[in-house]
Amino acid sequence: MAAGEPRRVGYLYVLPALAVYGLFLLFPLLHSGWLSLFDWDGLSPGTWTGLDNYVELATEEGAAAAFGHAAVLVLFFSVLPVCIGLVLATVLHRTRVRGLPFFRTALFLPQVVAMVVVAVAWQRIFAPDGVLNALLGTPGRAWLGDESTALLAVGVVGTWVQTGLAMVLFLGGIGKITGDLFDAVRMDGAGPVREFRTVILPSLRPEIGVALTLTVIAALRTFDLVYMMTPQGGPGGSTTVPAYEIYQRAFHGGQVGSAAAMGVAITLLAFAVTFVITRIAGGGRR
Amino acid sequence: MKRRYPTALRVAAIGTAIAALTACTPGGSSDRPADRPAGEVRTDVAAMGEVTLTIWDQETRAGQEQQITRLNEQFQRTYPNIKLNRVARSFDDLRNTVKLGLSGNEAPDIAQVNNGKQDMGAFVKAGLLVPLDGYAQAYQWTTRYPESVRRLASYPDGGDALGEGKLYGLPQTGELVGVYYNKTKLAELGVAPPTTWPEFDAALAKAKAAGQLPIQLGNLEKSAGPYLFGVAMHRHSQPAAETALALGKPEASWPTDANRAAAKQVLDWSGQGYLTPGFAGLKNDDSWANFAKGEGVFHINGTWLTPDLTAAMGDSVGFLRPPGESITGGTGLPWAISSKSKNPDAAAAYLNFITSPEAMKVLGETANLPVLDAGQQQVAGLQKEVFDAWQAASASPGLVPYLDYATPNAYEVVSGAVEQLLSGALDTEKFLGALQADLDASRGGR
Repeated sequence: MAAGEPRRVGYLYVLPALAVYGLFLLFPLLHSGWLSLFDWDGLSPGTWTGLDNYVELATEEGAAAAFGHAAVLVLFFSVLPVCIGLVLATVLHRTRVRGLPFFRTALFLPQVVAMVVVAVAWQRIFAPDGVLNALLGTPGRAWLGDESTALLAVGVVGTWVQTGLAMVLFLGGIGKITGDLFDAVRMDGAGPVREFRTVILPSLRPEIGVALTLTVIAALRTFDLVYMMTPQGGPGGSTTVPAYEIYQRAFHGGQVGSAAAMGVAITLLAFAVTFVITRIAGGGRR
Repeated sequence: MKRRYPTALRVAAIGTAIAALTACTPGGSSDRPADRPAGEVRTDVAAMGEVTLTIWDQETRAGQEQQITRLNEQFQRTYPNIKLNRVARSFDDLRNTVKLGLSGNEAPDIAQVNNGKQDMGAFVKAGLLVPLDGYAQAYQWTTRYPESVRRLASYPDGGDALGEGKLYGLPQTGELVGVYYNKTKLAELGVAPPTTWPEFDAALAKAKAAGQLPIQLGNLEKSAGPYLFGVAMHRHSQPAAETALALGKPEASWPTDANRAAAKQVLDWSGQGYLTPGFAGLKNDDSWANFAKGEGVFHINGTWLTPDLTAAMGDSVGFLRPPGESITGGTGLPWAISSKSKNPDAAAAYLNFITSPEAMKVLGETANLPVLDAGQQQVAGLQKEVFDAWQAASASPGLVPYLDYATPNAYEVVSGAVEQLLSGALDTEKFLGALQADLDASRGGR
């Protein structure tokens, strides 16, 4: 914006984008918020219930379980991939492996494949007569049909998908670190571990922030993997997640208000989590 | 950076204002469509002028697609003044969209609507479907369809009691859940197709002893579990009690000795190793494909698999009614008329056409199980066994509706509870308790 130009003109420039954004994002969001204040089956007239749907979310078992499962998935979709990605990126950077582009591509590949395809493929791997049981010598084990393993199985797939993203981000980040820093720390006689702690980790803070933000949001909005791999929310509802519950309540259960309240809750949660992550990881560095 | 917060607040404030301006109770008001007596109904299609009917159906699998295409062509030839605008979706896609479709401004004239309380019941309650009693009288659907079939598409205005009140849809096809068996394997075992429960027990034991898989089962989607449990209920319960439970009648109760025995029966089958190892993680589609490949002596599933299993196994597959009186079954999705249709008379004429005796013949020829006149169709092999079973069952009190009609959540509750019973997460009493709790909750009203 040129100096002296009235500031209000600026709004004209963003108006088209704001209009589209408002129409397709803000309005539906606010409308969901509005619906969440009703007890509505999606057909007959709804009844105003105020914050009852939210109170119910906080006390109801099914909703609590869904959010609990989402927390477990954050571990698998976010924390594990970031840790593994850090290790992989460091190793790939240090050892100068031949065919680095191949490994980078291979590890990134899951990101490119549609989640539905990923789900179907892994469903076959986890099947009672699938590859996993053949490898482990446990024929007939129902990984996806067992309350104690179904969520973990979904989580493992999440780790498999997200690790490549984290690694590629970190490889890029490490590439930006000036060689001087590595030379300096090596002159001090540091081994790989200290080099990782004192050079790589601090330099990668912004990338870690980005990786965490992307993967945590992916974890919180997980739907396709759960819906495809463990139909009906898994055995005994052991893999229900908020996104699945929203779908189930709105389109099958006739509880549109409750579904909207859940949607609003998960949106706020995603906002809060990303806010905290950007504060801790990205804050003060740019 | 700092200014972001006031801006966000301002946007939120404006948004709230918009929301407040457009605010109205979701769902709006619903006017119940009037009941039209038979005398007011127009049945002379040629005199209706130029009309376009929009039809949402789920006749997308091979045989279904064939039958509806042929019938639509015949309809167009007979009544050139009526244009058909067919919108075909898979069962799941139709179920997920039909609610929005019927309540929207551009509602289809005709839609296939699932019989259950969360679908047809909810639509009736919201006044979205036209009651068909006037048409039924005018077109004599009351004599064409037996009462046992009509009641599966009947609801009172409240939409809460399937089987009572007015007629809201006409089905084209019938469905049964029975026992498929591998004829070759049974012959190898030296066992005749079982017609009594002791014979069935003996066949299972003999199959197991011979190193065969007795019952092929895949319950990852939880849909096969209720079929298995249904067969166990047929063994220990009575048709009247089973029907009362399936319809959620006031006198129905889950914790009974018969149902306890049925639950125990399922656990016995599982405990004796009669079921596919790891069935909880096996997809239903994979399980019947395995059965078709020769893994398993018996397979419990619906008659909708008849074309697929015939194609895969030829003459080596047979169909048995569970021994005894009861068999689970029902109708294919009934065709209903939207209360927003501008031409309900033309829509009713279409319903009459696709359910006529001639249409039933087309259904039989295209490997579908026609809901009426199944016994008169020229078929052979597995199809004949299935058609005969339906013909006998549909006119008898032994035809028990699916368990998921009882309450708005019955499908999720029953399929989930059976899965947990089989996995040991619920014992017999808790299992029946969970089913009873859902029944009680739906009676109390939500």
